[in-house]
This record gives sequence, C-alpha cells and structure tokens, in this order.
Amino acid sequence: MQFMKTPAGMTRRHFVSHLAGSTAAASAAWQLGGTIQANAEEMRKKRKSAILLWMGGGPATIDIWDLKPGAPTGGPFRPISTTGNMQITEHMPMVAQQMHHLSVVRSMSTREADHQRGRYYMHTGFVPNPNIEHPSYGSVVAHELFDQRPELEIPPFVTVGGAGAGPGFLGMAWSPFAVTSNGRVRNLQMKLDDQRLMQRMAALNLIEEGFSSRTRDLPASEHAKVLDKTFDLMTSDQMEAFRVEKEPEEVKERYGTSNFGQGCLLARRLVEAGVPFVEVDLGGWDNHQGIHTILRDQKLPELDRAMSALVEDLAVRELIDDTVVIWMGEFGRTPRINQNAGRDHFARAWSCVVGGGNLNGGLAVGETSRDGTSVETEPFSSEDLMTTVCKGLGISTEKTFTSKNGRPMKIAGGGKLIRELIA
Amino acid sequence: MPDAEQSNMTILRMNRTGLRLLLVWLFAAGVSFTEASSAATGADTLPPQVADINQAVEQVWRDYEIQPAPEADDAVWCRRVYLDIIGRIPTYDELTEFTGDRSAEKRAELVETLLYDDRYTEEYAQHWSNVWTNLLIGRSGGNDDDDMTSREGMQKYLRDSFARNKTYDQIVYELVTAVGSTTPGTPNFNGAVNFLVNKVNEEDATLATSSTSRIFLGQQVQCTQCHNHPFNQWKQQKFWEFNAFFRQTRALRRFVPGTDDVAYMELINEDFAGEINDPEDALIFYELRNGLQKVAYPVFTDGTEIGRSGFLEDVNRRDELGRLMLQSEYLDKMLVNRMWSMFLGHGFTRPIDDLGPHNPPSHPVLMDSLAAEFRENSYDLKKLITWITLSRPYQLAAILGPNNEIDDPAIGETPKFSRFYLRQMSAEQLYASLVTAADAKTGGTYEEQEEQRRRWLQQFVVAFGTDEGDEATTFNGSIPQALMLFNGDLIKNAIRTTPGSFLDRLSQTGRSPQERVTRLFQAGLARRPTKKEVQVAGQLLYARKNDEKEMLQDLWWAILNSNEFIMQH
Repeated sequence: MQFMKTPAGMTRRHFVSHLAGSTAAASAAWQLGGTIQANAEEMRKKRKSAILLWMGGGPATIDIWDLKPGAPTGGPFRPISTTGNMQITEHMPMVAQQMHHLSVVRSMSTREADHQRGRYYMHTGFVPNPNIEHPSYGSVVAHELFDQRPELEIPPFVTVGGAGAGPGFLGMAWSPFAVTSNGRVRNLQMKLDDQRLMQRMAALNLIEEGFSSRTRDLPASEHAKVLDKTFDLMTSDQMEAFRVEKEPEEVKERYGTSNFGQGCLLARRLVEAGVPFVEVDLGGWDNHQGIHTILRDQKLPELDRAMSALVEDLAVRELIDDTVVIWMGEFGRTPRINQNAGRDHFARAWSCVVGGGNLNGGLAVGETSRDGTSVETEPFSSEDLMTTVCKGLGISTEKTFTSKNGRPMKIAGGGKLIRELIA
Repeated sequence: MPDAEQSNMTILRMNRTGLRLLLVWLFAAGVSFTEASSAATGADTLPPQVADINQAVEQVWRDYEIQPAPEADDAVWCRRVYLDIIGRIPTYDELTEFTGDRSAEKRAELVETLLYDDRYTEEYAQHWSNVWTNLLIGRSGGNDDDDMTSREGMQKYLRDSFARNKTYDQIVYELVTAVGSTTPGTPNFNGAVNFLVNKVNEEDATLATSSTSRIFLGQQVQCTQCHNHPFNQWKQQKFWEFNAFFRQTRALRRFVPGTDDVAYMELINEDFAGEINDPEDALIFYELRNGLQKVAYPVFTDGTEIGRSGFLEDVNRRDELGRLMLQSEYLDKMLVNRMWSMFLGHGFTRPIDDLGPHNPPSHPVLMDSLAAEFRENSYDLKKLITWITLSRPYQLAAILGPNNEIDDPAIGETPKFSRFYLRQMSAEQLYASLVTAADAKTGGTYEEQEEQRRRWLQQFVVAFGTDEGDEATTFNGSIPQALMLFNGDLIKNAIRTTPGSFLDRLSQTGRSPQERVTRLFQAGLARRPTKKEVQVAGQLLYARKNDEKEMLQDLWWAILNSNEFIMQH
C-alpha cells in the first residue's frame, strides 16, 4: 500500500500514531523500533547546535571586550583578568571565569552603521540588496543541520524575545519560530480528536494544492511546509523543552530572572532537546547618552549573570564542544564619547565573541589601535565570522544553492576563515 | 461494501501526503476553475488617467515581449477590491450581488460604491486609519507603558480624516504642524499630534527628522545623522538642517490633578533659543565624525532657507516645514509609489520609501505622470484609488504563466505588473476578514472591540528597541500565525455551530448539501468548489455520520486556514 510509507515531512511517530488511531499504541510501537532508536542515538552524538546572543542596538564593545584604559576614549571602566588569554571589563566578573571557553575577535571591521542594515548584514553575511533576501544564521544552520536529527519535531530555529532574521531564499519553512522568554507558545491546543484533525488537514491540503497549482507562485507552495511543521508541533512531546518554568529555582536564579536570563536558560533546554539554532535577544544597547551608567548598573550585570551561567552549564553538561556560542550586535560604538556622555554607531573597529563547537576558546584575536578607532591587524567581516562559525559547526560554506531564477547562491557571502579560531 | 463507500474510507484513513499524491494524479486530468468573464470596467467611461496607466504598463510588456496573465474573474476581483479598499473580504451577499450584476460597468460601479457609499464610509476610514497608524507610529506605537503616544488618538484623527475624505496634502500638513493634546476627551485634543509626540523630546528630535522625511518625502536620512550617506546625495549637513525645523517643538506631560500620574501629553511650540542662547539667531550644532562641531539652521531639502529666528512670533518652523513639503514633488511621488505598491503588491522602487537618482524607478514616466495627476486633482486619495483599481494591471489574475515567467519580483526581477502578485493580507485585514467570515460582530462596545482587536494584533509584533523604533512582525505565514489560525479564538468563533451562528444559518439555506458547500466556498474564497473538493465534502459528511453542520465546520476550518484565504490574490 503506497500510503503506508512514511511520508516526507512527517515523523514516524505521528504517522504510526495516526494509523493506529491511538497515541498509547503508537508510542509502544515506537519503543519497539530498536534500530531506528539506535540510529537516533548515533546521530545524537554527532549533532551540533549554535546559540546566538543578539545584542540589539549595537553594544559598546570598547567598554566590554576591548578596553582602552588611559586613552581619552577609554571611559571609566577598568579591565580585569580572565581564565582566557585576555582582559575584559570589570563589570563582567562571572563571564571572566568562563573566558577559557570563548574567544574575542577584536578586529571586526564592517561598514554598516545603520540599525536595520547592520542587523541584516551581521545576521546574513551579506549587505542588504533590494532584489534578494539572504538567509540568516539561524535559517542556514537549521537548514544544514536538520538532517542530523530525524527525531526533531519542534522548529529547528527558535528565537527568544526577538524577531530573529528571515530565511531568505531558503523559504518560509526555515523562518524563525519566535517565543517569549517564558517559553509560552500560544494557541497550541486544539481539543479535537486526532482522527478528525487529520481529516480536516486532508481537506485543507486539497485546497492548498489547487491554489498553488493554479497560481504557480512560490509563496503558495511554501505554505504547505509551514502547515506540516505546525501540525508536528501541536502533537509533539518535545514541546516540553519550552517549559522553562520546570527548572529548579536555584538554576533560574543563577541565570537571572530577567527576560534575557530566562531566555538563555530556555536556549540551553532547547539545545538539549536537539534544536540546532537558538537566538536570544537582549536589546537596549543603543546608548547615545549616559552610556556608562546604563552599562554599569543595568546591561552588564544582566549579561554577566546570564551569559556566564549559560556557558558554564553547557560545559558542565558536556555540550560546549558541540554548541557554538556567538555574542554580537549590529555594530560597535564610537570610541569618542559624545556631548551627551553617550557613544554613537561605529562599525569600523569593534568586537564579537565566539566559542564552543570546534572553535578555540580563551583567545583574543586581532587588535585595535590605542584609542580604539581603527583595526591594526587583519580586519574581519561578518562574512568571515559566519564562515568560521559554520566551520565550527561542520557546515560547508562552499555549497551552492540555486535560487528560483537559476542564480547560484552561497551562504556567508564568500568569507574567509578566522584561522586562529580553528582548532 | 459499495465502491463509493470504500473509496471514502480509503481517503479518510489516508495521511496528508498520501492524499496530496492522489491529488497530483487527479489534477493531471486537468480541471479548469476560472469562468470566463468579460472586461467589466466599462472602458468607454473610464477616467483618462486609467488609459495613461495602461499605456505605460503595456509598453513595458511589449519591451520585454511578455504576455500578461488573463483577467481575474469577477468574484476573485470583487474579493480583491474589497480587501484593498475597505480592508476585508466581501460577505456572501455582497459577492453574489456583484457577480449577478449584468452591468457592463460593474467594476467601476463597485469601486465607486466602496469609496463613496455611506454604507462603507466607516469601514473605509477604519482600514486606511489602520494602514496609516502603522506607518506613522508603528505597530507597537502607544502600546508600551513609557511610550507617550495615544494610539487611540492617532486612530481617531485618521478615521475622521479618511471618513471626510480630507485631501492628502491637508493630512500631511496637519500631521507635521499639529499642536494639542494626544488623548481623546482631554483639553485641546488634536489626534494628529500623535505622529510626532514620541519623536521630538529625545536625542534632539532625530526620530521626527528621519520619520517625516522618509514617510512623506521618500528621503532616507537616518544614516546621515552621523555621517554622509554612502549612496545618495544626502549629506550630514542636510540632515541637521531638516532637523532644525523641529527644534521649537516639545512634548509636555500633563498630570492627573493632585498626582504624579501622567494623564496625557501635549505637543507645543515654544521659542527656541538655539544652542548658544541667542533666539534671534537660533542655531544648532552637530558633530562630525572627527569631533568637529558644525552649525545648522532650518533649510528645506531643496535648499530653501527660512528665517533663523527661534521666536515663534517671527517664524513658526513646523508651519514653514509643512508649507515647503507641500511644494515638494517628492510628496506626490512618495504617495503615488506607496499607494501603487499597496494595490499592486510592489512599488516602482524598492524599498518604496527611498526615492532619488540613486534608486531609479521601474516605470519612471508612469510614476511622474501619476504624481502630477494626483497633484492636479487636489490630492484626492479616492480618485487615485479609482484610477489604480480600474487600471488593467489591477484586473489581471494572480497567475505566473509561461508567457510572463520573467515577471517575478520575488526573485529580484523588476516588477512588470503583468500579473497580480500574491501577497499576505495584513494582520488587520485578516482580523477583519475573519470577523466577516464568522458573520458576527465580536460583541461589546466599540471600545471593547477595539481592545480585543488590539490585543490580537499585538501578539505578532516584536520591537527591536533601537532609537529608530524599528520593529518586525512575525505575522508572515509563519508557524505562530498557522497556530493562531488552527486553534485561536477567532477561528473557534468563526466555526461555531451554535444556534444563530454563521454555520447554523448557512445550514438552513439552499436546497442540498452541495449547494451549501458551494456557498461556503464562495463566502471564503470567492469561487465555487472543484469537483474534488465536493467529493471531499461528501467524504467528510460520511465521516461525520451525516451530521452536515459538523461537515460544514470541518470544511470551513480548512477554508479559513488555506493560503487562498489568507492571501490577497
């Protein structure tokens, strides 16, 4: 019987459960599928993930990762030593204890100092182009690593507390699944028996097929994939991973009870459940005025707590070698402190932080000038960083995608590897 | 077991993908759905601007040797024009009234009805108020505790303006020059102030500067705040000269008497002393990237200077700005480009609000002539809507065929408008359409309904928290949207079968289940069901043990969840 085969886009568990008409019988059948189970275990060992800590607004990396004490541009913060081979700001003492896992790329030099353009560029490795949308980190990683986890039923690209960035030419099925930091997913319950839901889906699919074949337009056919994923989500036990409230109180405390803290905790749970890419947003870095008070009293303590807890937890759980952590915003901020005691947008010389996966930790890569206004070593771009991160995840950036009009497209815009970071 | 029954059972046990395979096979037989329809725009009596549009667009088709898609049939076109003009799908009665109309000019007549008939004034005003509220203050404006904007006030001003068909130049002038309080029911209420009230106090009104120039003039200046723009002619100097127009303006807190609670905001003009405290010569400073300070006075984008005094009795800077903006050709071009993109799915430029020599339009002559016509016709938005909706490109079906394959802006081609481009409904359009589909008001007073609507819309908005108020919407065919359509309250409401509900009333009309299924498809998708869809309805009826209302419920759920429902096409 043709329809007894497991259809593409549908997990075996579902397929079995719907044929059997009973979830209990289905999970028993699944348990018996010994070889499938064994393969899944094998896969689990190899699978890589990434967590992007996105600092919306453009953080002043000169006050965090690449301090210039004594320079007129230096600001009031003092550097402290870390467990890695670099110093960072005194207001991140807990992260300082995790720096052997992370490296600071101090020679980032980019050209996009507008929020939207910078956001797009740092997320995709391409400058914005009105004629084509490029896929973001999350979509690329999800797309490339999806095959490592055949058992995954929840979305492979989750963004926490933010919007993430789009899938571009990879298609809507690879767009971010956005949740708030409490992990609550709306409208999950249908309260309808499975059989009837399937029949409704059958009617829906019929309408979809007709529309898509009549219009012959891309968005129409993309929708079917989104419907499939939605259906999986509604019926999956893996949704348990979103229930961050189940963590012990002391763990929640450790990450901090802010949205970002809980978001980082949620990210860890999702990675453990097999989600290949999680983005956690922390906004509020667009400090055109009064920057040092805000950093000292608000932003840095919040970041310190959550980021250190996340990295430490990943290490303790032996996930760090398979999980790349990226910390960045759309650009850095001017070394010059402006008339309002703030710093403005600045892309020419700034820092990003990466670690985990196959990447070397504990290093400071590259140098900026004594006042922080220029990069004095080989400059690195968003393309370079993305290429390096992909390498850390075992993803090839040489692969050519073909867009609908036959144009060959690569991911990460032809960047070069940051050699120091490659183990 | 009879054959028919057996095949029913098979389909019902079959999974989604299996069914899809079956369908591919069935479709191979070739079923045609579109009924032939005559060009019903009444070509003889069309305004001359329509012919101008057609000529310009058809010229590009000839240049590229492409054949346009066939004309959309009446029902599909009717749905399209309801969505675009009043922001919702037509009801079953509205649809069948139009398709049953034998008039040769019925398309023109429908446009006229939607624009000018009193029955639709409220919905027209509501729809365009939604559109412009999102443009002027974003989807999150006024929804945040520390945001001083009154979304309600903004919408009230816009609703009133569109209901009275205020001319576009007047609306722009009022928005740019407004003074008064933000919130309805407070002294000196003027809802128009909500455009600027949250954009003038912080960072020397840079947000007011970039929003005003981008939204109304299509000039992207936000980058030039800190440095010269790399791609267009805007210099840092021009940014701060434009900015100087807003420096007499302040947003003041007005408190609840006897408390520290802010009751509302008031936008006022006051004398401006400049940054060296000389109101006769009220200059501002800005910093170059190297730290050097430069001086700026109010100068409009075209180089026109106004008086340098900061005293209101000498010069009201925003009044002057409003006056100068109305003289700018970019005002006309920007609006025409915006409206064209809203009706046809793509503008003449990408992005639509970045105009200038660095970004040449796809149809330069058409954009200029439409802009000129719009100005000559006193900035009458309803006339512009009439020209666009009766033009040939707007009559075309949403079909990408072998003869216009290169016309695919989704993959980076410049739009040729040889077909109607599929696009998502806006969240607001979908909300209103689902309410229409349920054929029931959501209940409660206007304020309660608004509050319900606002909560529903808010769930899809993510603000980036930057100084430019950037935000994104997750409402774009994503999983959260699909979940909302699968299981959300609006859908539950729309598919109810309780006495008096839409499905309950539907089940009491018509002569046969098949006729009721047909009505269901017309109400949701503006077409009749295909043979296969009728068959599936029969199978569902069998699965529901002949409970027809339950079958209609399953089918209605499927229709409302389909791309064909949630897209404008």
